[in-house]
Parts: sequence; C-alpha cells; structure tokens
Amino acid sequence: MAGRTFAEKVLGRASGNPKARAGEIVEASPDLVMSHENTFLVDKSFSEFGLDRPLDPNRIAIVLDHRTPANTVQTATVHARVRKLVNDYGIKRFYDVGEGICHQLLVEERLVRPGQLVLGTDSHTTTAGAVGAFATGVGATEMAGVWATGSLWLRIPETCRVELSGHLQKGTYPKDVALRIAAMIGPSGADYKCIEFDGSLIQDMPIAGRMVLCNMSVEMGAKAAIVVPDAVTKEWFRGYDPPVKAVVRSDPGAEFERRMEVEVSKLGPIVAGPDKVEISRSVDKLEGVGIDQAFIGTCTNGRLEDLIAAAEVIKGRKVFPSCRLIVAPASRKILVDAIDMGVAQTIVTAGGTLLPPGCGPCLGSHEGVLGPGEVCISSSNRNFRGRMGSDEAVIYLASPATVAASAIEGKIADPRRFLK
Amino acid sequence: MSGKPRIWLFGDDVNTDLIIPGRYLDSYDPAHLASHAMEGANKDFAAGVKEGDIIVAGRNFGCGSSREQAVIALKRSGVQAIVARSFARIFYRNAINLGLHVIVSGTADSVFKDGDSAMLEVEAGTLASIDGSKMAALDKIPKHVKAILDQGGLVPFIKSNLRNV
Repeated sequence: MAGRTFAEKVLGRASGNPKARAGEIVEASPDLVMSHENTFLVDKSFSEFGLDRPLDPNRIAIVLDHRTPANTVQTATVHARVRKLVNDYGIKRFYDVGEGICHQLLVEERLVRPGQLVLGTDSHTTTAGAVGAFATGVGATEMAGVWATGSLWLRIPETCRVELSGHLQKGTYPKDVALRIAAMIGPSGADYKCIEFDGSLIQDMPIAGRMVLCNMSVEMGAKAAIVVPDAVTKEWFRGYDPPVKAVVRSDPGAEFERRMEVEVSKLGPIVAGPDKVEISRSVDKLEGVGIDQAFIGTCTNGRLEDLIAAAEVIKGRKVFPSCRLIVAPASRKILVDAIDMGVAQTIVTAGGTLLPPGCGPCLGSHEGVLGPGEVCISSSNRNFRGRMGSDEAVIYLASPATVAASAIEGKIADPRRFLK
Repeated sequence: MSGKPRIWLFGDDVNTDLIIPGRYLDSYDPAHLASHAMEGANKDFAAGVKEGDIIVAGRNFGCGSSREQAVIALKRSGVQAIVARSFARIFYRNAINLGLHVIVSGTADSVFKDGDSAMLEVEAGTLASIDGSKMAALDKIPKHVKAILDQGGLVPFIKSNLRNV
C-alpha cells in the first residue's frame, strides 16, 4: 500500500478516518477556526440555528484587522457587534483593533500548531501552512455551520509537490519565488489541491519566508499549502507548551499528483501585473514605469524581515516627491520590533507613512485607496482590477525591497542597485 | 420568474474583486451589494439583470477572496444559476451554502453568446436556447452538494439534520 500524503493524514485524523485517501469526502472537525470582521456575517447565519452559543468557543479565534481602526460608522457598528458576541459566547482568543492581521497572529501567537486542521473565513488562511498545518479558507455560512456542529465536509485534496533548490541572489526574496511559481502554475492550476513546498531552499528559510509561499498559493487556486515541517518548524515552537514532539509529513512513498522542480539561483526580482498575478516579468522589463503609490504590508509581506529589507533600500534616501510610500506592519509585535531596531524611523524620516497594524489598503477600503489612473506597486498578494480603489487604477506586485526601491525612484526600480 | 432567462456571459478567472470589490463591503445589506454586482466585469449587469437570469462563464469563476458577499450580491440580483467550466473552491462552497446553483459545463461558454435566452433544466442536465438551436450539457451535481442545495442551503440543511438526531 502506497504511503500517505500530509493532506490524507491530517484530514484522516480530523475525520476519524485514518485510511481516507485523496478524492474521498470526509466529515472533518477542525482544531482551530478563525474569522475577522466577517464574524458579523458568520453570526448572522449562526443565529438562524437558534443555539445559545457555538459548540466549542475554545476553538474559535477572532481578529479585527480588515478595517481597523474603523473606517466608517457601518464598520464601527460591525466591530461593536463582534466585541459583544465575543463576550456573550466566552471566546477567549480575541484580537481587537491594532493587534495585527489574522494570518500573522495565528502563527505569531502559536495558535496554529503542526498537523492541525485550521479553517478561516479568509482565502489567505493557507498562510498557516508555513508551520505545517492544513489550513484552508471558507465562507461565513460555512463557518456558522462549524460553530454549530463542530465539523464540515471536505474533499481530501490531491497533492502538488514543489521542490525548490538553489540559493536566492541578493535582492531576491521568497516573494519573487512565489510570483515565479504563480506564473508557472497559473491562477487555477492548483485548484482544489494541496501544495507541498520542499527542497534545499526551504531548509534555510525562516518561518516568515515560508508564510509568503503558503500565502501566495491561494493565488494558484490551492486549497491548502504547506512547507514540509522540519527543524525550523520545531524551533518556532520552542518554549511554547505543549512541546512539538512530532510533525506530520507525507510518507516517502506517498502519491503526488504533480511534481515540479524550481531552481532559484538565476532568479532575480519579479514584478507581477497589472490585473493578473500570473502575468509577471523580471523587474528590468518594467523598470521606468511611473508609480503614484508604493505599499509595503499585508499577510503576504508585512513582517519584520520585510520591513528590514525595505529599510536597507531606503536608508539615507528620500521617497520620490510625487510618490506615496505607505507601510503597514502585520502585527503590533512587528511594529514594536521595527521601532526598537530603528527600521520605523528609517521609513518615516525618508517620507514614508506608517499605518497601524492591519490589512491597510490591500483590499481597497481605506488608508490608501487608489484614484482613477493611479499606479501602485504593492507587496500584497492581489493586483485585481479595482481591488485597491478605482477600476481605472493599476496594481503591480513585488517584494518589499522592489516596492521600496520603486518608492525612492517614483517608478518601478530594481532593488539590487540600492543594496550593498 | 418573469420573461425569458437571459444569459450573461463572462470569461475565465472572474475574481471576487470584479464580482463585488472591497470598497463596497462596509455594508452587509444584500440590496446594496446587488446594486454593485459584477461592476468590475460588466457595468451594465447590476441594472440589467432580471430574476431568473443565468451567468455563463469560463474557468475558475469566483477566484480570490472568501467573501460570501460575492454570492449574496449575485443571489440578490436574481441570478438563478452560474454555469462555468470550473469554479474557485471557496466561491463554489459559498454558493452551495447559500442555495445558489453552481453547475459545471465544459461547453456552455462556447455555445452561448451574451444576451441569449435559455432555459436551465437542472435535473435533465441541460442548458438550452428557447428555440432549441443551442444546447450545452451540464455535469451532474455531486450527491453531497445536491443534498445541501435541495434544502436551500447549509443552514436549512444543518437544521434538518439537527432535528433528525
């Protein structure tokens, strides 16, 4: 009998069905479920069940991050409603305005652990695969069902294994790797699949970089994505109880539907867009395209490593006069560290605008909405038309270093020219 | 249902920002959401769509965000079903959970033109033009999905199961 994949093991365990295989539909009980502002919508559906409270409030985490601090009276009302239900239901894992982005906090607070099944009412829930969990996005009503019953149907996905080898050149980052893979796989090439990243490149890659790969996998259609857990994963949980004794990995003889090999040593900075994540070019092909706004942040690239990379480019320089640089740390902890290290100072004195921890302008609701005809280069995950504001605005995606270099020049720029 | 269902044709990778962008998501009011439905893909949709109309699309319909408001906007617009070559998984589940038929067809988007009138026969598995000149076969709706759709969505489905335990 062939070995089992990571997805088969986690979903088999979570459904009490240890022999389950890819393609089977199981009724699985998630270990942790997360929602953000759309908890409002979850609770609206949940209230239709006529139950006093969710089956297991201890498995629920709620984070307010999408429109924080509140941008409108409607949002303020939603926030207030969520705070009330958190109290009414006795939900302990609640993170209010200013704490950070849900996907960052799940990992940073060690709420997600290796081998868990995690659901979130956000497509980028796949990010938690960076610590070896099977994490996937669902909608609000689906979550209401899980609040009520503790389980949901899931099809066990086939696995696409991506072997990454080589070393990243100066000025090239996990984001560039992710954009390269997105171009190879396409926007639906991994639909309904679990992507497993493995290979020599990830052995030295910190959790922050692993989060980028797993985060961007949903732009390829993936249901879940993991970086195969290893010593780095175990180290991440050192000092946090209970200790991580074992991690879940695919067996050596497991069946993968697809295998890809990507060698990154020749890869340089990549810029994706406009409009499509899978349309990308090396930065030199787009150098000189004028920009109005440069945004660094989000669940994809708002971590300390990202702010440091941006600061390395920015230090001793000024943001181009006609360009806005907007920076939103992914969590309060990251913001505090960025202040302690002088990174925040570098960004702000160069002319950057620092936002509170949260999703910021990524989804076009506030804090840097784009006007007609404007061009933005962003470290986020989606460049879809209209996402950050006007339908007539254009969004490019790149690494934080490329975004920072572009902010300095007021046009798309190669970060390697700024790095010693 | 009044008049003949009109087909609204879309291409591949219609994402949730085209269906309902984030700038309209401060409000959860279905009527507000419907008034901006598909704005990024076809500006005439929200004003022109009628109860019972059908969306036909290419691959990966609904990719992007998990926002259930994308389904709420289309359902409130009166769309009776979406027929596409494939669906992004979260959108697919959201539609089922809210009782909106999402049906796979490998040919519908090449057979029909935008503005065609057509009848959807879910049980028979066909989408056919009124005069019978055009026809696209539909994939069978999976059993576990049909069970939820037959109840009108996930909430009534779970409620009926809770009653039966």
